[in-house]
Amino acid sequence: MSIKHQNEKFEFPKSPTGIEGLDEITDGGFPKGRPTLICGGAGCGKTLLAMQFIIRGITDHNEPGVFMSFEEPSDDLTLNVKSLGFDLEKLKKDKKLIVDHVRVERSEIEEAGEYDLDGLFVRLGYAIDTIGAKRVVLDTIESLFSGLSNQAILRAELRRLFHWLKQKGVTAIITGERGEATLTRQGLEEYVSDCVIILDHRVIEQVSTRRLRIVKYRGSTHGTNEYPFLIDQDGISVLPITSLKLDNEVSQDIVSTGVPGLDSMFERGGFYRGSNILVSGTAGTAKTTIASYFADEQCRKKEKTVYFAFEESPQQLIRNMKSIGIDLEPHVKKGYLQIHSSRPSLNGLELHLLTLRKLIKDFKPTTVIIDPISNLITVGSEHEVRSMLVRLIDMLKLNNITALFTSLNKTNESTRPDLSEESVSSLVDTWLTVRDLEGIGERNRGIYIIKSRGMGHSNQVREFVITGKGVKLMEVEFGPNGILTGTARRTNELKSKTSKMKLQSELERKDREIARKRKVLEANIEALRNEFESVEEELNVLKATEQLQKKVADEKNDIKARKK
Amino acid sequence: MKTKVAEWQLLLYIAGQTPKSIKALSNIKKYAEEHLAGKYSIEIIDLLVSPQLAEGDQILAVPTLVRKFPEPIRKIIGDLSNEERVLVGLNIKPLK
Repeated sequence: MSIKHQNEKFEFPKSPTGIEGLDEITDGGFPKGRPTLICGGAGCGKTLLAMQFIIRGITDHNEPGVFMSFEEPSDDLTLNVKSLGFDLEKLKKDKKLIVDHVRVERSEIEEAGEYDLDGLFVRLGYAIDTIGAKRVVLDTIESLFSGLSNQAILRAELRRLFHWLKQKGVTAIITGERGEATLTRQGLEEYVSDCVIILDHRVIEQVSTRRLRIVKYRGSTHGTNEYPFLIDQDGISVLPITSLKLDNEVSQDIVSTGVPGLDSMFERGGFYRGSNILVSGTAGTAKTTIASYFADEQCRKKEKTVYFAFEESPQQLIRNMKSIGIDLEPHVKKGYLQIHSSRPSLNGLELHLLTLRKLIKDFKPTTVIIDPISNLITVGSEHEVRSMLVRLIDMLKLNNITALFTSLNKTNESTRPDLSEESVSSLVDTWLTVRDLEGIGERNRGIYIIKSRGMGHSNQVREFVITGKGVKLMEVEFGPNGILTGTARRTNELKSKTSKMKLQSELERKDREIARKRKVLEANIEALRNEFESVEEELNVLKATEQLQKKVADEKNDIKARKK
Repeated sequence: MKTKVAEWQLLLYIAGQTPKSIKALSNIKKYAEEHLAGKYSIEIIDLLVSPQLAEGDQILAVPTLVRKFPEPIRKIIGDLSNEERVLVGLNIKPLK
């Protein structure tokens, strides 16, 4: 038998918590039919986590639950979780949920002799049996210690209680306040040792982050890191720090940059779809403009785009971009573009990440722009930001979303990366830098590609200008000392133009001179010819005269002869 | 009989006939006879029989003696072997 079943993988029985992310790191949920201890200080979300476990059990897995509260009355609980969208009243009416408030008032209770906690057992057992509960929460059972003074009895009874819960086969959550040296004040971890989870609430530089860690989980593998988690209007969600593998699908598609001329700097005419692009540069180098161009281009192609603006409000962004000829408003109206503006310090990094995660789920964008990503640094430490960005980029890649981040360099001089970039640079696929090219009393903007994974690209620093009609990449102008920009470019252009003109006029002048010379030549020829003619004529006259004389002489001789 | 309500109404919650509950019952009967002769009533509630009653009086531990009347409600848990504490708890002045 055993040999036959060896190939089948044994799966530890688990109860899915229904809490986003938690099932992933616990590899399926809490141990089924066993108690789990959740401990943490005040306000870290123990009660909520427990409540969500019960409610999700009912709604998602049809496992009725008993919530035994030692702290809050049932009505308060109902009200508290209502704001998170859980309707306890309805579940109670449907006989899926029992909320029992156990009040322990020391002033009312006098202890006289031996006792046990069978009353509690009976109550709990009755509640479980009434609705056939599979899940039980005891929140916070340590309150008993403040109400009853005989610790020896309490401890023995608690041990019996947890044992009894196991026998009952219910999956239980026991919450406990965090103690000084122990996980819980009363050392409950001694009794509940199948699964222990610690919740923590830390404030670092005025920004609070909640974290969750699985201390132990008998019989199962689990994530051992501290995982940030969030409480928002949908309850708790846990964010695994990194996805386990890098095996996302890649696309051969190319998306255009939207900036006229920039596409030609890439061998294939744009970015790969699903890649991450970083545009870095110092202040005022038109990073936002480039981002807006990209957004505009995607929206024109009817691709859904989300623009996170951490510096400007949507209205301001739209107005500013109008001034350079980009109108984002129609895209917003048609629903292709969503602009989300918030101050980065509004909430912790995780909440930003979660907002994005939710948006991706609901809006399903193909393009995400974060402007600027470096502002997030103000929220957390470098390490935290990096881990958040890793998760962010993983998430975007997984969904094959093209993402463009802008990043602000603090230093003006160095072309090498800044803090923010260093944490991102190895993660991004394409990295553009816009920078100021300073010289002879003016500032010009240049753009160049630092890297572009999997694609040939231009190595030139291209100058670009921003006009009322938008961004224009200038043609490369070579001067004697390299590429020319700004005034130097214009001077050079002017110079070459004038020299061309000069040459032209020189040529014309020479042409005219030759024409004149020819005329002179022709005139000379005419004169010579005239002279020649006159000489010839003279000669002719002489010849004629001579002939005439000869004739006359001959005639005379003739007459003489005849006379003889 | 309706008009004559007992001056002291006591409820004893037990969970089955355990040694502790038997002891508690005999103890409270003894004290009541001693100090409250003729003006008390004791009701015994077995939670194993009627568990739904546990919630109403916030019963955790058994045995629990509840003084319903006179008000305020007082609770004494345990087998009631410590007479002094029971009397203090019930606010009965010992006749001694």
